[in-house]
Amino acid sequence: MSNESLIAKTKNVMPEETKKRVESEVQMKSLKTSIAETPEGTYATCIDIKKLNLYYGTKQALYDISLTIPRHQVTAFIGPSGCGKSTLLRCLNRMNDLVDNVRIDGEVLIDSKNIYNPELDVINLRKNIGMVFQKSNPFPKSIYENVAYGLRIAGITNKKILDEVVESSLKGAALWEEAKDRLNDSALGLSGGQQQRLCIARAIAIKPEVILMDEPASALDPIATGKIEELILQLKDRYTIVIVTHNMQQAARISDLTAFFYLGKLIEYDKTRTIFMNPTIKQTEDYVTGRFG
Amino acid sequence: MNSIEKLKKMFTRGEAFVWLTGSAMGLCLVLVFGLIFVIVINGMGMFWPHQVTEFKLKEGPVYVGIHTRSEVVKDEQGGKLERYQVKVGNRESGADFMWMDVPKVEAKAIPKDVIVLERFEYGDFIGYVSGFQQDGVLVPGADAKALLAEKLPQAQEAFKKVSHIQRGEMENIATKVNKLKLRKDKLAKATSDKSQEIAKLDAQLAVLLAENNKHSARILDLNKDPARYGLVVKSADGVERVVPMPNIVRYYYPNDMSFFQKTGHYGAKVWEFLFAEPRESNTEGGVYPAIFGTVLMTLLMSVAVTPFGVLTAFYLGEYAKDGIFLKLVRIAVNNLAGVPSIVFGVFGLGFLVYGVGGGIDRLFYSDILPTPTFGTGGLIWASLTLALLTLPVVIVATEESIAAVPRGVKEGSLAMGASKFQTILKVVLPASVPGIMTGVILAIARGAGEVAPLMITGVAKMATELPLDGNAPYFHPERKIMHLGFHIYDVGFQSPNIEASKPMVFTTALLLLVIVLALNIVAIVIRDHVKKKYRTGAF
Repeated sequence: MSNESLIAKTKNVMPEETKKRVESEVQMKSLKTSIAETPEGTYATCIDIKKLNLYYGTKQALYDISLTIPRHQVTAFIGPSGCGKSTLLRCLNRMNDLVDNVRIDGEVLIDSKNIYNPELDVINLRKNIGMVFQKSNPFPKSIYENVAYGLRIAGITNKKILDEVVESSLKGAALWEEAKDRLNDSALGLSGGQQQRLCIARAIAIKPEVILMDEPASALDPIATGKIEELILQLKDRYTIVIVTHNMQQAARISDLTAFFYLGKLIEYDKTRTIFMNPTIKQTEDYVTGRFG
Repeated sequence: MNSIEKLKKMFTRGEAFVWLTGSAMGLCLVLVFGLIFVIVINGMGMFWPHQVTEFKLKEGPVYVGIHTRSEVVKDEQGGKLERYQVKVGNRESGADFMWMDVPKVEAKAIPKDVIVLERFEYGDFIGYVSGFQQDGVLVPGADAKALLAEKLPQAQEAFKKVSHIQRGEMENIATKVNKLKLRKDKLAKATSDKSQEIAKLDAQLAVLLAENNKHSARILDLNKDPARYGLVVKSADGVERVVPMPNIVRYYYPNDMSFFQKTGHYGAKVWEFLFAEPRESNTEGGVYPAIFGTVLMTLLMSVAVTPFGVLTAFYLGEYAKDGIFLKLVRIAVNNLAGVPSIVFGVFGLGFLVYGVGGGIDRLFYSDILPTPTFGTGGLIWASLTLALLTLPVVIVATEESIAAVPRGVKEGSLAMGASKFQTILKVVLPASVPGIMTGVILAIARGAGEVAPLMITGVAKMATELPLDGNAPYFHPERKIMHLGFHIYDVGFQSPNIEASKPMVFTTALLLLVIVLALNIVAIVIRDHVKKKYRTGAF
């Protein structure tokens, strides 16, 4: 049975409330398959989230999220404030472990390994997953030391290796030209956009598999935002990128896939073009067209 | 009605509040500057060679002395009576200071040739030179002054050599002798026959004793020459006396000095104050041991309190789980800051001195018990007591600076795969060093001025043996020290000659202020340096 006919069938027989819920559930189930079967070929799965529930104390913040994120693509999480998109992002490198009273059930498989396996070393996991935060957070050190930080904590002291990695990472983050003459100056002297690119350079210096970005451009002006977006498109070839954004134009410009969340639930997940041009669910359409949220 | 509305309006606009806050600040400034002004004015004048006046009273007697102040009192009929306070010196023949009713003064004069002699005993002499005694032969008049100028430097030279020998070689010998004697006592108590070893020790003792005798002979020899001379002086009442040369510290003719000579004298006195030992139950001479003790104790305190406080704060701020226990600990730490300092002194005496120090003595110095080594007040116990006293300051300042490190920066480090320990060590600690330094600065300011707990944990009225010296093991943490704060208390309130010691109180207070300021400036410079380093440089 195809998706469309299933939805059409349920629409006809169920009361309005139930209809909506079933609609989204059916949609989610079907969406995953539909993304995997694109005309361009199949996506390789990088991250597989299975029935994830998250509670802050007694309050549930994420409801039964299931989602597959393909490798070497940009996946955007959109949705109004408080919908759980940042929380979900932080589940992917277990940053939520740092918050007291958090309880998570479900599975997150990265390269088929469950990262919530109690035997897994969180530190190794995080070394494999870079993260860029909403507010640029360079360490109060020199530019050089910021980029070399990940290597230093991994115990690498060879100056030659450090130099090489710093240069290639800064080049990778399109910051080399601006920073090469002031590598030993404080990172806090950089502009906001430069600081954010430095954070990206810092993240790619440890050669991660995945880069998580939590609204990386929300505090930047349009020009700096443009540079970050350009950079994200370049990085896509080598890294799987998951980006949380408030800015729907941004999601439309840079992402291949988009997931729309509302009140802790995944409402719709599809190719970005579909989400923006032809969403299946009314709520998504209202949100992306600016009618609510 | 109208005026009430006006007042209301003024109140709502807050103009009155601006005035209130402004005047509160103004009052604070006046108080602080007033304090500094009083101390500076009173403290700075101590070393200036004041003019000496000759007072001839109507009843006959003549006095020479320094007019120190005037005051107006009620006379017997209830009228006003002005009187002078005059420092006449010559303590051996009466009071140092006297009061003189102004109406009784017949004439005042400023004799050019009046001399002030600073002496090792009996304080200053103020009077006239009448002769110079050489091997019992008297040289009168002007030649006497020339001879004094010639012979005094020789006598001072000899005195310096003597004290050098006493301080250096002879003290060294004394410590060695004590050690050998202790070993001998031990051997004598032993059950087996140790006569051979005892004989060996005796031989060593004899060598040391001979050496000591040689030094004693040399001191006698050095003292012989100055003892041949003496200055014959006449006080205002016409009594002549001989002041032996070794008793003279310094002399000057205050009414016959140019401004530059006076400045030079002032400089020499300041130098003596800063770098010499106290004389005459601390009312004269210098305060070098007290400066040394204050600075060393404060530094030792900082060294002790910083790691302790910082580690505690890191546990509280980074590792401890929020809860009732943490709250209780925080309350306890904050209350610790409010405990009266003498209570810390009592704790230091009971726990550190008698407990820890006594324990050390029983373990390592049992052979010289009951004479305590560590089991009595000393530098180390005073410093540790102060460290405990200033601990809350460091903990609170450090915790605040840890809390001020942005959460995002910590998360950034953790997201890079750093462990919590690495994050603390490489990100949080460097970022909070300036805050920690601020805590240490506050601790220094608090600790350097504290007196009460020190009185019972290691500060003495007189302790010229410094805790750092040339005798092995060079650092003697068990020794008692002198302290400027205690010095002020001792000189000002425990001295038999209160008038004479008053300027000393202010001068020492000024010095204490300067030292606390200097220690703070050093710490601030270090902090700014660190700030710059962690802002820009690699580490």
